[in-house]
Amino acid sequence: MTCSRRQFLKDTATTTLAAALPVSTMVFLTPGELKAAVENKKTRWTFLVDTNKCVGCGMCVKACKLENEIPYDAPVTRTWVERYVITKDGEAHIDSPMGGRDGFIDDKIRDEVIDPKDITKAFFVPKLCNQCENAPCVQVCPVGATYQTEDGVVLIDRDWCIGCGYCIMACPYGVRFFHPVTKTADKCNFCYHRTSKGLEPACVQACAFDARKIGNLKDPDDPVAKTIATKRVAVLKDEYGTKPHVFYLGLDENVR
Amino acid sequence: MSPDLVVHGVEWTVKELFVYPNEFIYWSIQIVMYPYMTGLVAGAFVLSSLYHVFDQKGLKDIAQFSLVFSLALLPVAALPLLLHLQQPTRAMEPLLTPHFTSAIAAFGIVFTTYALIVVSEIWFVYRKYFVEQVQELKGKSGIANTMTRLLYQVLTMGAYDVSDEAIAVDNKAAKILAGVGIPVACFLHGYAGFIFGSVKANALWMSPLMPVIFIMSAVVSGIALCMLTYIIIMEWQAFRNRRSADKSVQIHGAEKAVVFEAGRYLLGFLVAAITLEMLDLIFRGYTAMKSWDILRSVMYGKDFFNIFILQYTLGNLVPFILLLLPKLTIKRTVVALILILFGVFMMRWNVVIGGQAFSLSFSGYMHYHIPIIPHSMETFKEGLFGALTVIAIPFVLFSIINKFVPSLRSH
Ligand code: SF4
Ligand code: SF4
Repeated sequence: MTCSRRQFLKDTATTTLAAALPVSTMVFLTPGELKAAVENKKTRWTFLVDTNKCVGCGMCVKACKLENEIPYDAPVTRTWVERYVITKDGEAHIDSPMGGRDGFIDDKIRDEVIDPKDITKAFFVPKLCNQCENAPCVQVCPVGATYQTEDGVVLIDRDWCIGCGYCIMACPYGVRFFHPVTKTADKCNFCYHRTSKGLEPACVQACAFDARKIGNLKDPDDPVAKTIATKRVAVLKDEYGTKPHVFYLGLDENVR
Repeated sequence: MSPDLVVHGVEWTVKELFVYPNEFIYWSIQIVMYPYMTGLVAGAFVLSSLYHVFDQKGLKDIAQFSLVFSLALLPVAALPLLLHLQQPTRAMEPLLTPHFTSAIAAFGIVFTTYALIVVSEIWFVYRKYFVEQVQELKGKSGIANTMTRLLYQVLTMGAYDVSDEAIAVDNKAAKILAGVGIPVACFLHGYAGFIFGSVKANALWMSPLMPVIFIMSAVVSGIALCMLTYIIIMEWQAFRNRRSADKSVQIHGAEKAVVFEAGRYLLGFLVAAITLEMLDLIFRGYTAMKSWDILRSVMYGKDFFNIFILQYTLGNLVPFILLLLPKLTIKRTVVALILILFGVFMMRWNVVIGGQAFSLSFSGYMHYHIPIIPHSMETFKEGLFGALTVIAIPFVLFSIINKFVPSLRSH
């Protein structure tokens, strides 16, 4: 075959253009458009943690692991409880062995014995995914496997996640991990399979002390929404601009 | 350990003080290799473009070589990413369903664009050679000759016109592509910097300077590798030539002028890279944000040796002095180049691993222990041998490509 160079270049250009055309016909929603679509929905799942009530029994962690099939002895967990012991020198001693799954029965913190006389205050703080309104994990997922539902919960598509770990890096709260069995990103989703059926998340149900509650922020009669509206609540790390939706009562400045 | 307990990252992470339960070193050696290798690609291309676009005649020899070498490096820029995926079989998804708010989503697109530019530039530069090969092999018989001829026929893509005008057009096209290639190469790499720089959760990475720092150090490492490989290959050929009985061809080894000329560019980019890194460091110290306490304890404490001794002193300062001292020799250049390559590698290491050396809680640390002896696919992929595999591949590829597209012609 002989073809002139001019013809060759021309053909190449045409083919490239033709190949590029279908791409331009796709519609991509901007985050703004998406948000507008979300905003007039009636549900916004929100969590309320009362740290004053948490006793660090670890029942929530246990329940979560079993409910969501996170291998029981694997060192990763969708929710965990942190123990804070503040001593007179102002130092915060923090730990969360096995995510607090087995409760805090040992008064040593990483083999360090703290003299009770030195303790000024001590408390427990349960942690879970904040289902951020402006979720960096959703932003950075290259394939859209992490996405936000209309009712505010951030979910992960296990069949589509490529396991790049970008979302794990992007979450300022360290709630994400790779599931040891599915080898995909994983995290708390407020037990979406339960809430969408009208049930409470496993951890909420397991907590005997009412330290964990779930509610709908958009419903003015919802008890959680009421508390958030009327009480002094705080969120974690708001400096990242993520707009977290897990609210805390009695959050101490030492909490990381 | 039962398989459902093998959590990614546990193998090589050691925690100290308070670290969130799910935090591990998720991005390990392959993510160090990724910016390192893309950096080499980008740098090699920029070096070749200095000749093609800016007519730096002194660089002609090394430019041709750099161009072909950047093609050999190209596949290896994507390989580390593939090796680090937990679901490697889904690697094409970012191209199928790109989610464009993600910095990684465009990788496939940028990478492909860049690959097309490199391949077509090579085609324009070598088309005349392909045509010559076809004509030369026309009369010859034998399976091998026929196969080679067929290959070159395919490579010409049916364009056999080697008139002066046609070649002039070729040269012009190559020049344009080289010109367009520079920003794309920089983008390919600056973009790697953006992947890190835009992670707001990471106190060490988050910096708008990150992409620029990455580009500068990329060019440094790319030029250094091209110079080094060029010197080694030329010296090796000269050595073999001295040994062989056939004295009709004279091979002189690496041309000093070429090497020193390239060395000057190297120094320029090195200065730019160090200046930016220092600016970043000083700025962090001066503004002393919330994260500075833990950053300082990592940089001036735990990672002091890696950052200030290995990266800045051994990898930057020493080669800088070596290259500047009078009476530069090829041998001294080689030492400086090796140190520079090492320095840039340490920079990538200190960014990627260093960025995960502290907990998001700012109350604890994580230490990375690279798996040396692999005992599973994962410890191979994300261990020493995985990294060595990645390093070795471009040289293997180059030796194959160079057979058909000779980039180092002896005088
Ligand atoms: S807490 Fe982390 S994982 Fe959960 S939505 Fe926010 S950024 Fe995503
Ligand atoms: S690990 Fe999965 S969910 Fe997370 S960013 Fe990568 S593809 Fe998305």
